[in-house]
Amino acid sequence: MPLRSDIKKVLVIGSGPIVIGQAAEFDYAGAQACRALKQEGLEVVLINSNPATIMTDKAMADHIYIEPLTLDTVKRVIEIEKPDSVLSTLGGQTGLTLSMQLAAEGFLDSHNVKLLGANPETIHKAEDRQAFKDTMEKIGEPCIPSKVVETVEDAVDFAKVISYPVIVRPAFTLGGTGGGIANNEDELRDIATNGLRLSPITQVLIEKCISGWKEIEFEVIRDSKGNVITVCSMENFDPVGVHTGDSIVIAPAVTLSDREYQMLRTASLNIISELKVEGGCNCQFALHPESMEYAVIEVNPRVSRSSALASKATGYPIAKVATRIAIGYTLDEIINQVTGKTYACFEPALDYVVIKFPKWAFDKFVYAKRTLGTQMKATGEVMAIGTSFEQAMMKAVRSTELGVDSMNMKKFEEMSVEQLLEHVRKGVEDERSFEVFALLKKGVSIQKIHEITLIDEWFLDKLLNLVELENWLAEGELTEEKYSIAKQYGYLDSTIERISGQKCPIHQSAVYKMVDTCAGEFKAETPYFYSTYDEENEAKQFMERTDKGRKKVIVFGSGPIRIGQGIEFDYCSVHCVWTLKSLGYEAIICNNNPETVSTDFDTGDRLYFDPLTPEDVDNIIETEKPYGVVVQFGGQTAIKLTRHLADSGVNILGTSADNIDAAEDRERFDELLEQCGIPRPEGFTVMTTKEAIKVADKLGYPVLLRPSYVLGGQNMIIAHSDQDVVEYMDIITSHMIENPVLIDKYMMGTEVEVDAICDGTDFLIPGIMEHIERAGVHSGDSISVYPAQNLSAKVRETIIEYTRRLSLALHVIGLVNIQYVVYRGEVYVIEVNPRSSRTVPYISKVTGIPMVDIATKILFGATLKELGYKSGLYPEGDYVAVKVPVFSFEKLQDVDTMLGPEMKSTGECLGIGHNFEDALLKGLVAAGYDLKREGGVLISVRDSEKREIVPIAEKFSRMGFDLYATSGTASYLNRNMIATNTVRKISEGSPNTIDLLESGKIHYMISTSAKGRMPARDSVKMRRKSIERSICSLTAVDTANALANVLLSGRSMDDVKLVDITKI
Amino acid sequence: MALIKDGSPAWLVLADGQVFKGRSFGETGTVIGEVVFTTGMTGYQETLTDPSYYGQIVTQTFPLIGNYGVNSQDFESTQSYVSGYIVREWCNAPSNFRSEDSIDHFLKRHHIIGLCGIDTRRLTRSLREAGVMNGAITTSDPTEIMDTLLSQIRAYSIVDAVKTVTGTESHTYTPDNVKYRVVLLDFGYKRYIRKSLMNRACEVIVVPAGTTAEEIAAIAPDGIMLSNGPGDPAENTQVIENLKSIAKLGIPIFGICLGHQLMALAMGAKTEKLHYGHRGANQPVIDLVSGKTYVTSQNHGYAVVGDTLDKSVGEVSHINANDKSCEGIRYTAVNAFTVQFHPEAHGGPLDTAYLFDEFTSRMDAYKEGK
Repeated sequence: MPLRSDIKKVLVIGSGPIVIGQAAEFDYAGAQACRALKQEGLEVVLINSNPATIMTDKAMADHIYIEPLTLDTVKRVIEIEKPDSVLSTLGGQTGLTLSMQLAAEGFLDSHNVKLLGANPETIHKAEDRQAFKDTMEKIGEPCIPSKVVETVEDAVDFAKVISYPVIVRPAFTLGGTGGGIANNEDELRDIATNGLRLSPITQVLIEKCISGWKEIEFEVIRDSKGNVITVCSMENFDPVGVHTGDSIVIAPAVTLSDREYQMLRTASLNIISELKVEGGCNCQFALHPESMEYAVIEVNPRVSRSSALASKATGYPIAKVATRIAIGYTLDEIINQVTGKTYACFEPALDYVVIKFPKWAFDKFVYAKRTLGTQMKATGEVMAIGTSFEQAMMKAVRSTELGVDSMNMKKFEEMSVEQLLEHVRKGVEDERSFEVFALLKKGVSIQKIHEITLIDEWFLDKLLNLVELENWLAEGELTEEKYSIAKQYGYLDSTIERISGQKCPIHQSAVYKMVDTCAGEFKAETPYFYSTYDEENEAKQFMERTDKGRKKVIVFGSGPIRIGQGIEFDYCSVHCVWTLKSLGYEAIICNNNPETVSTDFDTGDRLYFDPLTPEDVDNIIETEKPYGVVVQFGGQTAIKLTRHLADSGVNILGTSADNIDAAEDRERFDELLEQCGIPRPEGFTVMTTKEAIKVADKLGYPVLLRPSYVLGGQNMIIAHSDQDVVEYMDIITSHMIENPVLIDKYMMGTEVEVDAICDGTDFLIPGIMEHIERAGVHSGDSISVYPAQNLSAKVRETIIEYTRRLSLALHVIGLVNIQYVVYRGEVYVIEVNPRSSRTVPYISKVTGIPMVDIATKILFGATLKELGYKSGLYPEGDYVAVKVPVFSFEKLQDVDTMLGPEMKSTGECLGIGHNFEDALLKGLVAAGYDLKREGGVLISVRDSEKREIVPIAEKFSRMGFDLYATSGTASYLNRNMIATNTVRKISEGSPNTIDLLESGKIHYMISTSAKGRMPARDSVKMRRKSIERSICSLTAVDTANALANVLLSGRSMDDVKLVDITKI
Repeated sequence: MALIKDGSPAWLVLADGQVFKGRSFGETGTVIGEVVFTTGMTGYQETLTDPSYYGQIVTQTFPLIGNYGVNSQDFESTQSYVSGYIVREWCNAPSNFRSEDSIDHFLKRHHIIGLCGIDTRRLTRSLREAGVMNGAITTSDPTEIMDTLLSQIRAYSIVDAVKTVTGTESHTYTPDNVKYRVVLLDFGYKRYIRKSLMNRACEVIVVPAGTTAEEIAAIAPDGIMLSNGPGDPAENTQVIENLKSIAKLGIPIFGICLGHQLMALAMGAKTEKLHYGHRGANQPVIDLVSGKTYVTSQNHGYAVVGDTLDKSVGEVSHINANDKSCEGIRYTAVNAFTVQFHPEAHGGPLDTAYLFDEFTSRMDAYKEGK
């Protein structure tokens, strides 16, 4: 059936802020959906609260609402825009849940809106645990013995029947939030209590634990005609027990014989047909390693993280096809874009293997529990394509930017076999594959490792191949043969030289193979390549065939999503590519993140899916011979390449390598500031703990410590005492960070941030942003307000002037991001990044200035004047925009939620309004703040903030909240005539703060402490408890004050207008 | 590790003069064959024992072969019919609970010459562009004897394929409960065709390719199954003649692959050689009656030319979604239906197994009418 004639205007619901379990893959899916809809000539309305996305870009939809993803807001958008349909299956769990609620309430029917992509019955059957079990039973698909329970007692009773260990899976939660494995009754009581609370329908599944079974996934697509295909199979490196989002995954499945493969494939088709899904679907199975017994674990009746991976792994655009199916097409009518000749109704054949490797934030959260289980913890992932498992694994490892270029990790090398075995026995952690590699290298047998880890011997044998290769490299002469084999196994020249201790006898460059969905069976013109060491370079042939004489420009992407480097850099890279194409250049993308729009093969003119290390990049440059390269849009990942590229004589478009270095090198930067006459907080560089203490004493506490090259405030703290400095330096040295440590005087002022565009002569500031939290809270974790609300004319002028001086002195060509602190009326510079930043997408959207587009044009010689912009600050618009950070703390056990100089947020939301209060209200609602107007407020703040908390407490008191505080804070407040109940500290026995938080009386907690991080500390325990109980936890007095003001205003979402940003 | 550096050198020489140097596995020596590629990612054991590959050097496009080893349950016949076998990398440490041996040992045991460590994608692309080509795998350096070897390669053609692979006597296979009796004409049949029938309560009498209509009539079967098999269908002139008479018996006929082609030839249609064939587990086939598309397992180098089928005899029932070639015929003049693809799968998707049910329905109708 072709396009349904009753569809003209479609509402697409996005997935909101990036959180663990719901990341950039939904921007990719949503963007593909919007494009597919527009190509069909449909009018597209979009709602998504995440401003860093590409899908919220003007090019993507006709009407765009960056508004909270709440039921009420979506209803209002439907009332305003009157779409005839809503597409529910491309905005992750968030979009799906909202759509189902709209349908269930009858709202869609009463407004004549059709639900596309899923029907409520399908979703109910797939997502309601009992309905799912019943459905599977009906079609004879086996499930794991399990029972849905609604009370802890029922959970315990059932566990007695099926015996421990059991898995707890809460219904309708993201990425398995609140789930876990219980080995005994005590553990079960804990996990089940929490899981029941987190489940929106107070339901958990208690399930027999089948750890050790193989975990296999199939991506399946079905259309309204009943045509069904599988796009890709995937096998997890880690057996059942570790969330698939936290597993290393290989595609296609490798240890299954055709019998097993077809058995599970057929089961997938039966399931999707019974559920009547029209679109994409993900089926997860557990397969007994010693028999043909299997069980269905889970079905996701929508586009998911796995479908993004399957799309990139095969070249089959699942989201696009699913969208077309949703609007009426069938698989046999949709052309396979890759071959241009064949149809979407086929199954891709791979002639390579793909490995997905997750990226975790444990480098930032040093006290977080690293154990992996049923609850996903990874923030992002990389994908690597190779002609062998070993090659793909080596590529994956270096793409994750863990600071290693092979499977060797120093800390495991240094452990004894016994220590390692003990560590491995304790449970699966994020570095499991490296531990296993170390064990193999120390001569422990595959059999023994398999017995402990239950990882399939096939994977262990492949890792052993790498061990044997390394041993071979290390002995005797490094011959050409050895070198060449090491290259095929995916080793870099530098790694080969390190392991062998010898110079490489020759240098071999990579060749590129095409990803074509059909293993070469049909002629394809997909501009999608990966490197290998082989005989034929298809990229070169492709270029010769398609050469139009245009200049080629390579844009380096930003790698995996992590805290501090998120989706915003993908937004920038993609925009740069679009502009390059419009300028008539051939735009080439290099990146390794399967969740993104940049790695869609039709975004640029060519895509190289490969790691972003110097040698990998050199190979691409050798094949492409570009006119120039762009590094300023790919975050720190791309910027890190600059020096190497410049040394190799590559033409770096934009700010030069030397000037980037001048901004990053402390001494050179100090010199530059002196020349410009710009002050910065006093500071020094140190290498040892002793030096650090000396300098800290000289500056006077508090001081700010950080490594000299930073990313998202990685490993940055504010130290209040010698003890803090010692603790910090210990962590830094244990992380083998060899760069010096910077110590600065910490100034507790207002933080101001500026993104500017400079052409070498003129500069343009689209807007000045002011942070609600004072300096000391990382800019990524601060609530940021555009335009700045509280700056004096003089300060504003100073900031503009400093920005001018810095941009010109650094010879910035393109984008620059500058952070200032305003302290006692003076402006100081904290940091200058001559590259795009986290705030570029949102500022572009609210000011209407296409920053990346302008910057890209400037890279090629355009001037701001020519482009019609005056030098200086762009006039402020009619709207105020407030960016509110979003955290994933409920997924990360033991992480202190207290905000500080180290970034902790995973995503962000935007509130846009006619005034500050409205914008903040929207931002907070979008970020998930409940904004309850009654109940209890628990306050416990450090001494230095007791005075400041008084007016805030007074506001809550005035609004009728009951105040509670720990003894110190309580007596301070009571002395200031604010009636406050005193609560015992944890150590003072029950009932104490924890009991109070458990009681359900508390709706807000304001908690700050002089020290944090250590999970054992009282304040950290309180903050963790509030996260577990979903209590709004405020860890900065400024945030608390802003929130109190919003509550005090008495306004709610009903009082504020929704804004279509295409009309700004 | 042992894999990538060990193994003596071996070469593939193609008829067009291209040489690929890799390493030897399996048997050593020299073999000439028709070089083809298959895109199936699993099912190598089924491929190696499928008689339809007689005379061919099979290239696997999936780079890692032998991962789950070789077991005694998944063979499609008693021996390996491929002339040679080309993979990028074979696995010397297979992992699967049913694995009994490595693929290398399997090839050695069946005296199949293997070649590994070459750029199989380059080879596949060559074959795709130039079409199926003859070639030779050799474990001795061909440089010196290149001219002689090339002329041998170019002179090679697969002849008497069915005659070579068919059995010489008939065998009866009886399942626990028997509802139907089926004669399976063995042109080089895959075991799973027999098994698919037995799973549906068919007693299967496997008979040699040359069995005549009279001989079949004497067995008095409820259905006749025409099997798959190797080679150029048109060379089987006697079989084609026999089929004309067999069709007249009025007993329901179901044909697969070569069986489909032979039936079409017997009914007056023509076959042609495809540029590089269909080999893999992902071929989309449209059922023209239901309009649905099925993913099928295929292995054929020849196809029936749909247009040459007389409309009064039958109609094309299935076409390939990619190249629109004929994938199935429903005859009106005789009680027969045939498909080009493999509903018995093994290896490949099981999505079209329902065709065996259609066959039993036809047998039911036939038995009722008797």
